[in-house]
Amino acid sequence: MSGTIIIDSGGANLASLQFAFERLGESVRVSADAGEIASAERIVLPGVGSAADAMQRLQRSGLAAQLATLTQPVLGICLGMQLLFEHSAEGDAPCLGIIPGTVRRLEARTARPVPHMGWNRLGALRPDPLLAGLAPEAYFYFVHSYAVAVGPPTLASVEYGESLSAVVRHNNFWGVQFHPERSASSGARLLQNFLTL
Amino acid sequence: MRFRDHRVVGDIMTLASRYRDEGADELVFYDITASPEGRSVDREWVRRVARVLDIPFCVAGGIRSVADAEAVLNAGAEKVSINSPALADPALIDALSRRFGAQCVVVGIDSQLTPEGYRAYQFTGDPQRTQHSGRDVLQWVQEVQARGAGEIVLNCMGSDGVRRGYDIEQLRAVREVCRVPLVASGGAGAIEHFAAAFRDACVDAALAASVFHSGVLGIAELKRALSAQGIEVRV
Repeated sequence: MSGTIIIDSGGANLASLQFAFERLGESVRVSADAGEIASAERIVLPGVGSAADAMQRLQRSGLAAQLATLTQPVLGICLGMQLLFEHSAEGDAPCLGIIPGTVRRLEARTARPVPHMGWNRLGALRPDPLLAGLAPEAYFYFVHSYAVAVGPPTLASVEYGESLSAVVRHNNFWGVQFHPERSASSGARLLQNFLTL
Repeated sequence: MRFRDHRVVGDIMTLASRYRDEGADELVFYDITASPEGRSVDREWVRRVARVLDIPFCVAGGIRSVADAEAVLNAGAEKVSINSPALADPALIDALSRRFGAQCVVVGIDSQLTPEGYRAYQFTGDPQRTQHSGRDVLQWVQEVQARGAGEIVLNCMGSDGVRRGYDIEQLRAVREVCRVPLVASGGAGAIEHFAAAFRDACVDAALAASVFHSGVLGIAELKRALSAQGIEVRV
């Protein structure tokens, strides 16, 4: 077993996530190698680009099939969380199908523009080691145009004109819609919790 | 022209850490002379900033291609903001949005009231080269959204740098046609100016520079005051 790996699905912008783990004293590797991923203690699935593009890259590299078989803690972030579900309306893309449910587009409303960008508090936190020590008034930074409705896997929700899944869990798969790497001290706490799972 | 005489406000790492600790929600780094000088933003400082910042940040200045944007995003920025290059080549907005998603693509607009209405200006980082782009701001706001911009920063040039308040009337006019997050910029000098932008122009965020750089107003003090007025901010 070796450390934490951030899955490289071929897109840009993994540096901020890597730096966030470095600030916690954890050196993480970025990899797309099936062997390295299988033997890692923990896996992070970041979100890059659109659902259809990301799924295409995961299919091409063979990682899509491997991800569902992982038994170590997996954390999907933003699009990475959405990919864990069955289907996304973004590009009508079949996703990994690890968590039951679908991803749909946010609807722009008065005072609720889309993309949803900004700091929001979580609601209805269910007890979970990933959320240990996080106060209900903790703010997290969200940036997304697609979302998962609140359902059985929801550990915490966020209000944005409607209730959306902010944190989900299904067995050893966790997902967060916000960006913990850009959510100041509350995000750091969540990532620290992930490292102890 | 309030853009003359840009001040050097000190080492960006020091400022970045200071604003992070004071509770800023997002930082925007403008390399304002990049476009007028025809160069792209230097990306080594972007990596250095990304290592210390645990809040989102956006980089603006001379991003003229998908490759320029990719370099900045790979170095750890959340978003890129384009202004003059978007006016010169509007299809750049479509290309960036397709490649990185709308949430990464901010379009900055330097706007000024003329006898013909609000007009967008380019190369505003250099008073010698600043020029009227010929574009109507309200039409440009609609076009950039259709092309895939995920956020608009409206910098009202008439009020920028003088700290007499945001141009609420202009922000309201743009808000009417803006369905993506709208950020007010230019003119903040007091707590009440921020409150007015949120309350009267319904902006999603308010950006300010000189009022914070000069130490006239602290971010923590500002956010506590806005919160006390019932405006939702992260405190």
